[in-house]
Amino acid sequence: MSTDTNTKFGRYGGQYVPEALMPAIEELEEAYQRYVLGNEAGFMDDFRERLRDFGGRPTPLQRAEQLSERYDSEIYLKREDLLHGGAHKLNNALGQVLLAKYMGKERIIAETGAGQHGTATAMACAHLGMDCEIYMGERDINRQRPNVFRMRLNGAEVNPVTTGRGTLKEAISETMRDWATSVEDTHYVIGSVVGPHPFPRMVRDFQSVIGEEAREQIEEKARRLPDSVLACAGGGSNTMGAFHEFVPQEGVGLYAVEAGGSSLEVDEEGGVAPNSASLSTGSEGVLHGARTKLLQDRDGQIMESHSVSSGLDYAGVGPELAHLVDEGRVVPVNVDDDGALEAFHRLSQLEGVIPALETAHAFAYLENEHENLGDCVIVNVSGRGDKDLESVIEETAEREIDIAPDMDVFSGGGL
Amino acid sequence: MSASRIAEAFANGPAFIPYLAAGDPDVESTKEYVRALVRGGADIVELGLPFSEPIAEGSTIQNAIVRSLSGGMTPESYFELVADLDIDVPVVCMTYYNLIYQFGDEEGPEPFVRRAAAVGIDGFVVPDLPAEESGPLREACDAHGLDLVFIVAPTTRGERLERIMEQVSGYVYVQARLGTTGARTDVSDQTDTSLGRLREWDVPKAVGFGISEREHAERIVGGGADGIIVGSALVNIVAEGTSAGSVTRAQNVAEGSSTETVAERLESKARELKEGALAGRENRPQPERP
Repeated sequence: MSTDTNTKFGRYGGQYVPEALMPAIEELEEAYQRYVLGNEAGFMDDFRERLRDFGGRPTPLQRAEQLSERYDSEIYLKREDLLHGGAHKLNNALGQVLLAKYMGKERIIAETGAGQHGTATAMACAHLGMDCEIYMGERDINRQRPNVFRMRLNGAEVNPVTTGRGTLKEAISETMRDWATSVEDTHYVIGSVVGPHPFPRMVRDFQSVIGEEAREQIEEKARRLPDSVLACAGGGSNTMGAFHEFVPQEGVGLYAVEAGGSSLEVDEEGGVAPNSASLSTGSEGVLHGARTKLLQDRDGQIMESHSVSSGLDYAGVGPELAHLVDEGRVVPVNVDDDGALEAFHRLSQLEGVIPALETAHAFAYLENEHENLGDCVIVNVSGRGDKDLESVIEETAEREIDIAPDMDVFSGGGL
Repeated sequence: MSASRIAEAFANGPAFIPYLAAGDPDVESTKEYVRALVRGGADIVELGLPFSEPIAEGSTIQNAIVRSLSGGMTPESYFELVADLDIDVPVVCMTYYNLIYQFGDEEGPEPFVRRAAAVGIDGFVVPDLPAEESGPLREACDAHGLDLVFIVAPTTRGERLERIMEQVSGYVYVQARLGTTGARTDVSDQTDTSLGRLREWDVPKAVGFGISEREHAERIVGGGADGIIVGSALVNIVAEGTSAGSVTRAQNVAEGSSTETVAERLESKARELKEGALAGRENRPQPERP
């Protein structure tokens, strides 16, 4: 684990937050150093034990037989969808809620986009006996109803955010406002490798168990390192989690697959980027505490992003990913909504794994570019797709997707 | 450095510093509102340049920012607005760092500061720029003779205070309570504690966050503040005027007072707050002179 505590990654990162939050950020940085990096009071041992017993780690690295045949290469799935809660998000949520408990905080707040981080945080809070409030954009609440129920079932309050378009960006802003009020007894469990230092490093460290396991597993199963690792990228926590272990291994290609949405073109007048491809198309700026690559207009106003998957629908991205892209170590790529939906159906039918729509982006890229990815590929299955069923059925009905099943079985009763 | 216009604004007793979001609901109205506030006794005007993600603002100012951005406000139209203001009190630009950072073709904050200086802006408050990240902006401000105001929060202590003291100029913005901006009905006890921590500072101390009434102004100045900053209570008046009818001109008649325009209401609110501040100074125990 890295002991570098510089607040920046190259030119990115930093701590662009209101002064009221800075003391809490300093307190968090100290706790990160002591407990996470220094394993004080056996924090990391406690964390790993809980990840195993409560979370179900390690998750398998599974050889995907049908896909391997289809692409004539060895395709491995890192099954984070099998982590408790159905997504990689628990790695970070459990780590941060546990850290907050060690720090003596009494209350947890978090933002959520797709609801995966919110459900993971709510689960971790129930598990550790902490009060929990989740901020979620109104639009996302309607797109992700099952996850809202799950948070409520675990005892969390869910606060709808009505400003802006009511997605992840607004939810983060609103959670920061809560934190500015409640900072003395509350910890903000940020859900991705974004925000002010030390969040991007700390969240990466909690998530890097994905890549550490995957490396050990691929060395055991394939007796080699992979040629490529693919992960979808919104804020980038599953991306950095899967990549971190492999960054020093220069022979391993790292592909961050962003949401190309409906188009990579930008509507400057309307302030809308109909995609969430900040690594591929964004420019440098400051948002939510960090300098990073952003979807913004020429004045610096943040654009409204779009993706069929709420979890990728964000105008920024983790500063370390922005840095690794500039360094040429991570390749930013993207696929559009149509490709992601098609890949969702393909993986469901060929492998019996229903992926999150976020994850489906990585499989769409695999379909398009497998010839250029080498003989051995790991795809991070960041989450399962149960939460997306309603929107997938809706979005599929609007498109011609050959591989998609028809839903005629409902025609008697009506949908 | 010779005393800035901002420093001079504190020379004659407690300063009243109103805030408005520029372009709320349009440029012409803002000019008229600012002039009304100056007539009412404003000593410095904080004029917000709206950013799409205002993480330090409560709902009142968030809504003002939405109105302003939907009205087409941009950094360039902001600068033109300030250039046309024609008022004789200093103007402080309150905005978020990304807008400062993106402005102009060259990298860094200097082009924004240069342009601001050219239109007569006297200083900046940047709520998402703590002392850790303020080096480049501080340098650009020094190069152009502008002040950089820092916010001190109730949670700011020890080394952080020192770091801010080294960088601040103009005045220090004492955040009266934790949380976001917004008018309140009471004054926080945290204010006195925060002012106590800053007693030895030479730079004037202006208190903001939650002040909406004459009594608040009086109490805060009585407690040792050199100035008061009032935003949401004024923005509420603008919002009421905007929702009452056509939004094109400042002649809108404000809700609940059939004869007063928004500008008139702003002017009388300004007068009320300024009088409160002056009364607060009268009540203040006289500092001991060596």
